[in-house]
Amino acid sequence: MSTFWHWWIVLLTIACLALVTWILFATRHAQRKDITEETTGHDHDGIEEYDNPLPHWWFLLFVITLVFTAGYLILYPGMGYWAGVFGWTSTGELERTELKHERRYAPEFARYGATPVEELLNNPRALKMGQRIYLNNCAVCHGTDAGGSFGFPSLLDDNWLYGGTPEAIKTTLLYGRKGAMPAWEAILGEQGVRQVASYTRELSGIDSGANPNDLAAGKTIFQNNCTVCHGADGKGNLTLGAPNLTNNIWLYGSTQARVEYTIRRGRNGVMPPWKDILGEDKVHLVTAYVYSLTHKEPEG
Amino acid sequence: MASRHEIIEKNVALLVVLVLVAISFGSLVEIVPLFFQKETTQPVAGLKPYSALQLEGRDIYIREGCVGCHSQMIRPLRAEVERYGHYSVAGESVYDHPFLWGSKRTGPDLARVGGRYSDDWHRAHLINPRDLVPRSIMPAYPFLAERTLDGKLTGAKMEALRKLGVPYSDADIDGAEQAVQGKTELDALVAYLQGLGTVITDKR
Repeated sequence: MSTFWHWWIVLLTIACLALVTWILFATRHAQRKDITEETTGHDHDGIEEYDNPLPHWWFLLFVITLVFTAGYLILYPGMGYWAGVFGWTSTGELERTELKHERRYAPEFARYGATPVEELLNNPRALKMGQRIYLNNCAVCHGTDAGGSFGFPSLLDDNWLYGGTPEAIKTTLLYGRKGAMPAWEAILGEQGVRQVASYTRELSGIDSGANPNDLAAGKTIFQNNCTVCHGADGKGNLTLGAPNLTNNIWLYGSTQARVEYTIRRGRNGVMPPWKDILGEDKVHLVTAYVYSLTHKEPEG
Repeated sequence: MASRHEIIEKNVALLVVLVLVAISFGSLVEIVPLFFQKETTQPVAGLKPYSALQLEGRDIYIREGCVGCHSQMIRPLRAEVERYGHYSVAGESVYDHPFLWGSKRTGPDLARVGGRYSDDWHRAHLINPRDLVPRSIMPAYPFLAERTLDGKLTGAKMEALRKLGVPYSDADIDGAEQAVQGKTELDALVAYLQGLGTVITDKR
């Protein structure tokens, strides 16, 4: 803030307060002291108004506000440069409350952060904290019950795109993931897409109703194009996040139309990275919670 | 006394002038100095103007009244910083004309929603929020996916913003129509949302 604006604020504030004070006392001074029957002389359709002084308590309220204002401007920032006797700032206040909570919770988070996930499974408090963080951040995609929805994987079925070990889950949470199923429409053509979709559905034991010739063609297309990621047996690849196509679990739907759409246009499901938003320790707790969903210890 | 305030009451022009004087102190002290302060007029480091597509998305955000339920202003209070991330600073909004801080939170604050969820999530959620958040009361916007932008006015909008101090280059303005044409309103809105609040990356 430049000196000019400092003085601008100070002088205008003082001028305003002075003006208000002057009006308050000047009008009081001009008033009579006693309550009378005399009117202001205004007469509107026979309605007149008394000309009586402001009640004492009312006048006092004005004085109190003026005293409060003066006190406030001395103790708190308001007069340009003047930081106030207390040196209060909103960010300082934030830092103080954060520090207070940090002192209370940081050791606990750090302790859990250093405990292996398998051990945290026996710690209901840690799992509850993990669940709270999950509900606040993850539930909008994966659901409050972690059951997932169209395009957002279920975390309950122990079927994992990128691996279900605590390490793999934590890596997914920290750094995010990016699905890379390319669009095959231009390469395979409409007929090819249909054939390979039918074949893929059959891998999961769905009766696609396609004729044997189409299925054979679909198999050839699959082996020439899809096995690089999904594997020769169609069981997928955790490193690439290529889903297992044989377990009848479908992230983007299992109907012929859905599967064809997926192949035609490709899919690029994204898991955002949470490292910067939540920090390592909280991610660790979420990892424990997510892991616990499929590895519940039968605790008493 | 009666005669003295009669002077003011019977001269409307004088009354108006005195009323203006009386109410001007607050804005002169609290608003005017902000126009001349670095904290409020300088962009934060790394702030970029909205891309052509994001700019169109922002206009859809305004048209659909998103600001009526979603604020874009994280206050420096622990509960908000904990939930949404670093509190908002003025330098993040210097390219916003008008800014969309809002004052109503029926839905969550969106000041730092960028990058938090995937593009696919935003699409699915805008088309029908209930598909993903069963108890959501947000309206559905499926029509956004069907409306295509022609980008005819995008360049002109950017030019207008340049007059207000947003540093768009000639190339930005010339390429605006091209960048927007054929994209859906949904694409634009998602692009806008995914950019929100991403300049300040530290947690708090």
